[in-house]
Amino acid sequence: MESKSNLRSPVSQQAHVIEKPKDITTIGGTVTIEINEKKVSVPFGTTILEACKMNGISVPTLCHHEDLCVAGVCRICVVEVEGMRTLQASCAFPITNPIKIKTSSPMVRKARRHIIDLLLSEHYGECYSCFRNGKCELQNLAKEYGVDTYTFGHVTEPRYEVDNSSYSVIRDMSKCVLCKRCVRTCIDLQEVGVLEAVNRGHETMISTFLDKPLLDVICINCGQCINRCPTAALRANDPSDEIWAAIDDPNKHVVIQTAPSPRAAICEEFGMEAGHSLTKELNTALRRIGFDKVFDTNTTADLTIFEEGTELLLRLYKALVKKEEVALPQFTSCSPGWVKFLEHYYPEYIDNLSSAKSPQQMFGALIKTFYAQKVGIDPANIVSVAVMPCSAKKYECNRPEMNSSGYKDVDYGLTTRELARMIKEAGINLPEMPKSDFDSPFGEASGAGLIFGATGGVMEAAIRSVYEFITGNKTEDAFENANVTPVRGFEGIRYVEIPLGDKFGPVPDILKHLIPNWDWLKGVTLKVAIAHGTANAKKIMDDIKAGGKFSECHFIEFMACPGGCLGGGGQPIPTTPEIRKKRAQAIYAEDESLEMRKSHDNPNVIRLYEEFLTDGPCGHTSHKLLHTHYTKRGRYIV
Amino acid sequence: MENKKREGSVIFSPYNRGEAIKKVVTISREDVLFEIRESKLKGRGGAGFPTATKWTLVSAAISDEKYVVCNADEGEPGTFKDRVLLLEYPELIFDGMVVAGYTIGAKKGIVYLRGEYEYMLKSLEDYLESMRKDNLLGKNICGKDGFDFDISIRLGSGAYVCGEETALIESLEGQRGEARNRPPYPVNTGYLGKPTTVNNVETFAAVSHIITKGGSWFAKFGTDKSTGAKLFSVSGDCEKPGVYELPWGTSINELLEIVGAKNTKAVQVGGASGICIPKNQFDRKLGYEDAPTGGSIIIFNESRNMLHVLKNFMEFFVEESCGQCTPCRIGNVKLLEGVEMIENSNFTFNYLNHLKELGKTMQVASKCGLGQSSPNAFLSIIENFKDEIFNNGGKNGK
Ligand SMILES: Cc1cc2nc3c(=O)[nH]c(=O)nc-3n(C[C@H](O)[C@H](O)[C@H](O)COP(=O)(O)O)c2cc1C
Ligand code: SF4
Ligand code: SF4
Ligand code: SF4
Ligand code: SF4
Ligand code: FES
Repeated sequence: MESKSNLRSPVSQQAHVIEKPKDITTIGGTVTIEINEKKVSVPFGTTILEACKMNGISVPTLCHHEDLCVAGVCRICVVEVEGMRTLQASCAFPITNPIKIKTSSPMVRKARRHIIDLLLSEHYGECYSCFRNGKCELQNLAKEYGVDTYTFGHVTEPRYEVDNSSYSVIRDMSKCVLCKRCVRTCIDLQEVGVLEAVNRGHETMISTFLDKPLLDVICINCGQCINRCPTAALRANDPSDEIWAAIDDPNKHVVIQTAPSPRAAICEEFGMEAGHSLTKELNTALRRIGFDKVFDTNTTADLTIFEEGTELLLRLYKALVKKEEVALPQFTSCSPGWVKFLEHYYPEYIDNLSSAKSPQQMFGALIKTFYAQKVGIDPANIVSVAVMPCSAKKYECNRPEMNSSGYKDVDYGLTTRELARMIKEAGINLPEMPKSDFDSPFGEASGAGLIFGATGGVMEAAIRSVYEFITGNKTEDAFENANVTPVRGFEGIRYVEIPLGDKFGPVPDILKHLIPNWDWLKGVTLKVAIAHGTANAKKIMDDIKAGGKFSECHFIEFMACPGGCLGGGGQPIPTTPEIRKKRAQAIYAEDESLEMRKSHDNPNVIRLYEEFLTDGPCGHTSHKLLHTHYTKRGRYIV
Repeated sequence: MENKKREGSVIFSPYNRGEAIKKVVTISREDVLFEIRESKLKGRGGAGFPTATKWTLVSAAISDEKYVVCNADEGEPGTFKDRVLLLEYPELIFDGMVVAGYTIGAKKGIVYLRGEYEYMLKSLEDYLESMRKDNLLGKNICGKDGFDFDISIRLGSGAYVCGEETALIESLEGQRGEARNRPPYPVNTGYLGKPTTVNNVETFAAVSHIITKGGSWFAKFGTDKSTGAKLFSVSGDCEKPGVYELPWGTSINELLEIVGAKNTKAVQVGGASGICIPKNQFDRKLGYEDAPTGGSIIIFNESRNMLHVLKNFMEFFVEESCGQCTPCRIGNVKLLEGVEMIENSNFTFNYLNHLKELGKTMQVASKCGLGQSSPNAFLSIIENFKDEIFNNGGKNGK
């Protein structure tokens, strides 16, 4: 598990697990058990489910999820344990003595079938009109257990009204199987705690605070609950109908930007193994669908590095040289779920957030200004779509302040899942598409922009540039092949110190008017940290509040989602630590395959500063278009 | 009229306040466990788990903190014997808890008191205060160096499932009253994750007697597998409902005689989650080996409509299921619907068989005792009263 929290959710049994021994070779470190009459040895404390998996025996699950603590509520995973009167939930049963297990006895099979029949009796809807059709765990169970009739009936009316108030997450509780994965996700993984089971017995349901619409509670739109919901009870707010309409409208110029994480994950929607980027195939597919231009979000990720990096240097300069009061550490602001988390839970720290917009929103502002001028199209006729791994991006583009072009900067945030469906709907098999490049005037972007998709990526991109700005040396001199490996990985919180030394280069031209020299950085050690998943973000924030070591940091990268954007709430389902690792590998491999690895080497960005953002990073134009402000929201929404 | 006479040679036998505590501080933990093992006392809360085994496990668990929890949630329909003990014999309960604390090495005891019993709170608190004054609670109890123990009382939340020990612990921790996964068991990871013994009110009362009078004395009463005497809460169609102390092994016929029941058609043993015994089986004996009960005995005479009785039970479970696990949350609804179908003569025997099979699944696949026992009434009433239910379409009686 990537992140572990100390806070117990009302359903989680985190405090009550049997610890596995660190060293299984010690006496009692392993237990010999029998599964289906086969003797096997497993580490003490292994669950029956894990033991079965390790031995290639499949046991169905529904409420179990690798990222989450055990619930043991659906009961689909029951098995027989010799000598016990009742069946045992294999996901919840830790092995501590030599038991004998039967995973498929008549009693077990009957119980599982009953459980499926019971769930279906209350499950509203038919699979053919459901977005999870073909990717639904309940449907899979029904298929696996040969359900061909509704033994205990089947509801014909929805039990609950659909809550589609949120820009990001739609809740259709008539399809809920009460597995509580969403509750555990929201409380344990994200420590937001928007969702909770209420009422008893048959009236039990997953609810929000006072059963308010999701828009009116402190949901951060991260969509992690969607990614872990086994059914269609939770889904993202899908704009694809509107996008099709725009594509079909001859008067609209429809452009799309694609973020790196969807490109590294969309293969999963087309039956491929996780871990293959289909960036260039996607470009072709998008054009065939009818998008007029296809742009690379990495371009504005590179731009973000200029803006956010400059902002950081300016903050440091003000603090260290001018002795002004400035908010440090500076926090990244490209994860809108994280931004909202901070606005709700730590509003007193909004000045620490970089005012630089996220790459999505920077692009939006540029498309309807710079690009519109360049190609001579009325921005009113441009429809700007962003393919994102993220459900919070849908919310972000709807924030009222995101219209600095004079129009809604980004019209639609589209998730990886939704785009995959549009592609399928157009009859395209993505992996078979010929490759093609992005469109100008933005074209190629750097590997630094690309790795924004993985946790630690923004930090690494920033280091690749800032290090060179300051020292005048190549990043490669300090980090082999410019891979800043100390900031990589899936550890929930990472802390890294980078001594800057005392040999500095000249200030690059683009910054000269802001900072005269680097001498003031002599002997300074750059302290940075990275957190992914808001539960980890919370730990850092609490440490900062208490004046701990993270309050000494200069720059901290926060991503709302476990794994960073590649684990975003709009990414293909399922998500597991293994899958996220593969997506990360795809991203880093693509980065390494590129010539251009650093944001400040991106010629398109340099040209932007020459032609359009002429007063440079953090200058007047860029402030108007590329920077934003935040809202102190607090815990209560009135 | 409730029977108010308290007669009995075990639980209601004479006992002096503080007696068990004074005795226990003079003997070792092992001796206490020995006496309780000798007594063969089984938990009085319903499940009948051997108390000595439970206490041995908790006392063997390594931890700096341990807890003694008294389950006074008494939520099973037709049970009110704990109420009598709490109102009239608090010394038996609290002394038993102190003995438990001594035995397992706990410093804290908690009484989880049924919400509806709030009216007793003041008098029980006062009683605890008087125990503190007499050094029966507090530090160095009865002069025993290092033996510190105190008891607090917490009010329950009013849900039946909170009587289930792990749901009770969740509720004590301020969480939703939902049963936990087991293993690990409360003896290792109970209240606040610490080793905890949860025992019924009457179990503690029995312990006080066992410590003062000896384990073998206790084992003389009752049967081989069900030693001692038991308090029964008798309600329903009889002249003298109330709380009775009777030795285990008493037959249902004998009990009916004692409480003045006439024209009895059926006896529900063990409350809503128990089984319904028809007339031709009234020679069955109360006890773990035959007809176990946590104390609830509900008597139905000839005028009762058994389908109606069953419907009440099923409505109770539909409402009281905590709702976390599938078999219990939805299964009970299906069983209730089945009863309604029979009521409306709108069912097939084929579907009824499906429901019976479902009931059996619920018994083995539900997460906690509530769902595991909720089909008992359905299965036993449909089986034992099929003539009445199906021949008359379930339309006679009240
Ligand atoms: C649904 C349910 C309700 C229960 N209610 C009670 C109760 O009200 N009082 C009680 O002592 N035990 C109750 N129990 C049994 C407890 O879980 C537990 O077994 C008992 O408190 C252990 O004490 P004992 O060993 O002294 O019997 C209940 C069990 C279930 C499954
Ligand atoms: S959620 Fe799953 S089972 Fe339900 S209708 Fe959709 S695909 Fe079918
Ligand atoms: S989107 Fe995130 S914050 Fe909102 S309910 Fe889901 S997990 Fe919780
Ligand atoms: S909404 Fe989805 S994840 Fe949440 S309990 Fe229902 S089915 Fe499970
Ligand atoms: S059996 Fe019933 S009461 Fe027990 S955990 Fe399951 S739903 Fe809750
Ligand atoms: S998967 Fe084990 S109980 Fe749900």
